[in-house]
Amino acid sequence: MKETVLKIENFSKSFEMHDQGKLIPSSSNVNLSVVAGKLTALVGPTGAGKSTVLKSIYRTYLPSTGRLLYTTRTSNTIDLALADDHRILGLRDNEIGFVTQFLRALPRQSSENIVAAPLIRKGVDKSSAIEAARKMLQNLDLPERLWQLSPATFSGGEKQRVNLARGFVCEPRLLLLDEPTASLDEETAERVITQINTLKNRGTAILAIFHSPQLIKRLGDITVELRPPVAPETLVQRRH
Amino acid sequence: MTKVLEVRNLSKVYGPGCMQCYESTGPEFGTNICPSCGSIVAAHDISFDLCKGEILGIMGESGSGKSTAVKTLFFDQEPTHGSARFYDSNKQHDLFSLNPAQKRNLRNHRFGMVYQNPSLGLNFNVSAGGNIAERLLMNDLRHYRQIRDRACELLSRTEVAIARVDEQPGNFSGGMQQRVQIAKALAINPPLLFLDEVTTGLDLSVQAAILDLILEIQQEFETAMIVVTHDLGVIRLLAGRTLVMKNGRVVEAGLTDQVIEDPQHAYTQQLVASAL
Repeated sequence: MKETVLKIENFSKSFEMHDQGKLIPSSSNVNLSVVAGKLTALVGPTGAGKSTVLKSIYRTYLPSTGRLLYTTRTSNTIDLALADDHRILGLRDNEIGFVTQFLRALPRQSSENIVAAPLIRKGVDKSSAIEAARKMLQNLDLPERLWQLSPATFSGGEKQRVNLARGFVCEPRLLLLDEPTASLDEETAERVITQINTLKNRGTAILAIFHSPQLIKRLGDITVELRPPVAPETLVQRRH
Repeated sequence: MTKVLEVRNLSKVYGPGCMQCYESTGPEFGTNICPSCGSIVAAHDISFDLCKGEILGIMGESGSGKSTAVKTLFFDQEPTHGSARFYDSNKQHDLFSLNPAQKRNLRNHRFGMVYQNPSLGLNFNVSAGGNIAERLLMNDLRHYRQIRDRACELLSRTEVAIARVDEQPGNFSGGMQQRVQIAKALAINPPLLFLDEVTTGLDLSVQAAILDLILEIQQEFETAMIVVTHDLGVIRLLAGRTLVMKNGRVVEAGLTDQVIEDPQHAYTQQLVASAL
């Protein structure tokens, strides 16, 4: 029996823009489950609010309605929509990983330090963390000559490998992936798929956005389709 | 997570104060000056927790009360109202009910402060090393050699050339003065550090070096810090959580990425939208 790690009920998110006096709906009526060792694929057209769901789980956005019920490693169930900030920070450090579309990292840090950072925060000693980081960078085929360099000057694909390595290395309980293979060549994408499968086998619950139907077929265990909260025509009409 | 500081309902009013002060000032009135008595409500009803190793950012425009909050905690100012509890390794201190000797004791032994203006944090009549020695002497380090070694260690840690340990801070550039100030604040490994606009007015490259240093200190010593700044970039880089202040009130509090990417209050939205 597989354990449900995250259950989202009636989630919606809209942005209130004070200067324009507007309420902009982004996601609505989202219901889904993410299960240990399985990948839930979020699909839907641009503007359906897929990234919004991931960001709201991670508290980068504040959910407007609904419940985001997360079950921790110690089997406590908490609503991520209501948990206090320190609780969320603790979960980010220890349980929930997020690989966004673009690498965001401290400037002037070497790639291997960036990848090792989440392990060090978890209490792993520095040399073991660096070792694990190097291994993961190798798995994702980032050339060794780049490990000591800051990713500032890297190509999009190289940056994304650092980003993925950082997300994979600490084997989170719940991993959120926003188009993880979008900027990668086919060979590297294959390596990423291998890593995702490894994490699944080790019990990580994954919620991912993919655009390629082929990838969804290969990796997805559950597929959830989102629709834009408001039809685009309605939005235009509202403006007038 | 271990709590280091718990602040509740902190307020500071400059002036006589009256019954209308709090209810007729704030962001909805666009002012912190009481229309009835002319008192300035520099800060009102500020509450937050700070944990070990955490950096809390306080952001806001000039006059929003962000420095006032920190100054009351470091005993530079007396609060008008509110409480602050400091959780030391084995006991708790109710900051605002301590006597002057106890306050001095915490300032000298447990807290560190870095001011925007180095002349507030440094004694310009003694050498850089002397400034640090002063703080070490208060902590019962009496042996000359030990003090000098520790001062040199701190200065090299903050990348001030050791050859200049005997020079007065007045001879240094702004960035170097700031580093000596940080070295002085760190001399006793304080569990709680206040940083008030520490990089404001410095060259970009010097800013970067100082911000990196602050992050290294956080990681190495798990120092809890409160960083006061009007610079969104500094907040983004350093702070895990952020309070946004306007007209003496906290208008928004949250995880830094949330405050920046999904700001809730009209003022925060304007602030984020104005960032370069």
